[in-house]
Amino acid sequence: MRVSFEVNGEPRTADDVWPGESLLYVLRERLGLPGSKNACEQGECGSCTVYLDGVPVCACLVAAGQAEGREVRTVEGLAEGDALDPVQEAFVRTGAVQCGFCTPGLVVAAHDLVRRNPNPSDAEIREALAGNLCRCTGYEKILDAVRLAAAQVGAS
Amino acid sequence: MTGALSTTIAGGVGTSPTRPDGALKARGEFAYSSDLWADEMLWGATLRSPHPYARIRSVDISQALALPGVYAVLTHEDVPGENIYGLEHPDQPVLAVDVVRYQGEPVAIVAAEHPETARRAADRIVVDYEVLEPVTDAEAARDAGAPVLHPSNAGGNVVRHVRIRRGDPDPAADVVVTGEYMVGMQDQAFLGPESGLAVPAEDGGVDLYVATQWLHVDQQQVARALGLPVESVRLHLAGVGGAFGAREDLSMQVHACLLARHTGKPVKIVYGRAESFFGHVHRHPAVLRYEHGATREGSLVYVRAEIILDGGAYASTTAAVAGNAATLGVGPYVVPHVSVDCWGMYTNNPPCGAMRGFGAVQAAFAYESQMDKLAAALGVDPVELRIRNAVAEGSVLPTGQVIDSAAPVAELLKLVRDKPMPPPLAAPVDLREMPGGVSNTTHGEGVVRGVGYGVGIKNVGFSEGFDDYSTARVRLEVIGGEPVVSVHTAAAEVGQGLVTLQAQIARTELGVPRVIIQPADTGVGSAGSSSASRQSYVTGGAVRAACEAVRSDVLKLAADRLGAPVSSLDEVDLVAVLGSAAVERTVEWRHRPTSALDPLTGQGNAHVQYAFAAHRAVCDVDVELGLVRVVELACAQDVGRAMNPDAVVGQIHGGSAQGLGLAVMEEIQLAGGKIRNPSFTDYLIPTVLDMPPMSVDVLELADPHAPYGLRGVGEPPTISSTPAIVAAIRAATGRALTRVPVRPEHIVDC
Repeated sequence: MRVSFEVNGEPRTADDVWPGESLLYVLRERLGLPGSKNACEQGECGSCTVYLDGVPVCACLVAAGQAEGREVRTVEGLAEGDALDPVQEAFVRTGAVQCGFCTPGLVVAAHDLVRRNPNPSDAEIREALAGNLCRCTGYEKILDAVRLAAAQVGAS
Repeated sequence: MTGALSTTIAGGVGTSPTRPDGALKARGEFAYSSDLWADEMLWGATLRSPHPYARIRSVDISQALALPGVYAVLTHEDVPGENIYGLEHPDQPVLAVDVVRYQGEPVAIVAAEHPETARRAADRIVVDYEVLEPVTDAEAARDAGAPVLHPSNAGGNVVRHVRIRRGDPDPAADVVVTGEYMVGMQDQAFLGPESGLAVPAEDGGVDLYVATQWLHVDQQQVARALGLPVESVRLHLAGVGGAFGAREDLSMQVHACLLARHTGKPVKIVYGRAESFFGHVHRHPAVLRYEHGATREGSLVYVRAEIILDGGAYASTTAAVAGNAATLGVGPYVVPHVSVDCWGMYTNNPPCGAMRGFGAVQAAFAYESQMDKLAAALGVDPVELRIRNAVAEGSVLPTGQVIDSAAPVAELLKLVRDKPMPPPLAAPVDLREMPGGVSNTTHGEGVVRGVGYGVGIKNVGFSEGFDDYSTARVRLEVIGGEPVVSVHTAAAEVGQGLVTLQAQIARTELGVPRVIIQPADTGVGSAGSSSASRQSYVTGGAVRAACEAVRSDVLKLAADRLGAPVSSLDEVDLVAVLGSAAVERTVEWRHRPTSALDPLTGQGNAHVQYAFAAHRAVCDVDVELGLVRVVELACAQDVGRAMNPDAVVGQIHGGSAQGLGLAVMEEIQLAGGKIRNPSFTDYLIPTVLDMPPMSVDVLELADPHAPYGLRGVGEPPTISSTPAIVAAIRAATGRALTRVPVRPEHIVDC
């Protein structure tokens, strides 16, 4: 089947999509956007988090056909040219990135949080990121990153 | 050493520059092994045994081949070279021949134009199995009547038996405590699944882009299986989504290359999460029986231990894991009389091998539990007992090896003990701070706080006489009017920050701000594995040595030009001296040799360096429901030299988290040799809600034998956090808790 939707502001079309394919598969393997990650493909790890019509979802749990006519924003669509989004910048600066496989999903989840709540408490950060697994960092520096990003987004 | 160092440069050793790959990773533009793509690429899939132990009567691939879109279906008959591989003992078939020894063992592989087609084709392969009764108990596997799983192994089902004997075989002690402990099977659970892309080359060879921990050992094993000269198999490190030991053994490497060479097309294989649980080795489950004897004053007299490690169906690194569990088996304590027997066994359980901590984790849970038990029996404070018996520089270990650099075990314990305690739970209740969280299982009733301690010991680098080295190629030239250093090694960046560190070393040694780290591949000599907390030490040492060689050459060039000796690069105008020339040196660097263990007594200088960490854990336990919340985890660790302080702390955080996972949640559940929970729904790793604040104290007591005085960092925190957390739960509950992970039913009578 053919699936058409908007990705990072651009209209995109994928042909020959098998109905069982997920949005994650279409993004990664048909549209050349492998930034969203394939760590569990069952909605447990959050590594594939993208915005679907402005709401963060696990792209692995969205059938490709469900994205028809809708707006998707992936981790690749957060930076403006060479300028990282403040959340991305904060992850790099605080050492929240080790292997980095969880980073795209966490960046999208944190991007959503700091725009909804520019002054989150630690408990609110933990709650917002509870659906994203990281195996390298123990989350301490991820918390640092989100605090820093929130301060920067709140100040701007 | 040749010439003085430039110590003032920004981004050098001892600073924390941002990772060179950080921005790419944060933008989603870093190419992991599962992100790769090539024109006309096919997808591979693997048919695996559903049985832990069975004979294969026949394999029929005809229906799979008939499926449209399928390009190849291969079995062991299509393996052109040796159908056998393994890190220490080659005992594992690339594709099963006439027997399968664990659930998930690869039997056949498929290449197709779509991954779903490949999976469906694999499902259409008909394998006729004669199912056999699996050996699932590592102790029973030692029995005389047990089926021998590898008839060619001289020791039957014993992969290795390590004996350590020191002192009096029959010592007397005032106070004796005994205990039997068990450690469940932990999974590394890296997030980036096993994956890679094999591309057939015009010269008849193959290029493999893969996530691994050691490119050259993969290369050797792949070449042997393909029947190709080693130089025809070129490996390139793709982005690695975590490792933790699970990428030491081969997974899809040979399979992808076989399919690529058979079809003449690039072939990509990406495991799903469930398949990943079958696609790599796990941490050895263990049974550990200990007896500790001490004087009434609390000095250890003897330790007797028997440790049984379940190695599963294939040897992998079981022999080395057993060596670690035995040699480190009494912990960081002075013990005059020691008798340790450690058995690494074959069973039909999933193969076990390397995971962060590598044998030291299992032993530490037992010896630290014993230290708490002994403290209780003596009526002394558990930290005091540890400090009284702690090793220090100059102490003799049970192998007879003398610790010849700092061993600040007592200081580490004091540091975590003297930290301020977290505040007690206060009204009004915030459910998010309760065991059970917003499940609203308690408002504080039945919640008891406990505090526990743990300290551990780990060897750094490869041991027991292994020729442990790394290779670095360093090139200095002028590009665009400024000096640029290029560093090329085969060392695997797996997330730990080795790419950052290599550039820091080059900046410090050559005084050049601009450093390029070349992609890791087999175009340069082996770097050894990114494991055993060894890469900062060994590849760091190689990069430093190569930089020294380059510096020496440049100083000679400068001296020739000036007609006078030049002692420091600070005096050299590199742009003028180098001109259009490049100075390049490749250096192989080794740490001090280690020696084998005596097979009867386990005596020998088996390890090159020891590393230590201590933890204090504070836990709130709902003693009525058995739910645990770790409130705080404080760690102190000696790192010799904090090469990159932020990265050091990041390693300690991450290692502590994996130890927390083993303490309270992580276990591969087996029934009859089959994995019951191969998913992140059922195999739980800590989330951000499970992890407490972690304060970290870093000591820098230089090891004079190591580059920059550094000490390996990655593993020690994984070793001591588990026993500290369990001790805290014991303190809260009064339960014996002899098994990890601790489950609610261990805390509450059901």
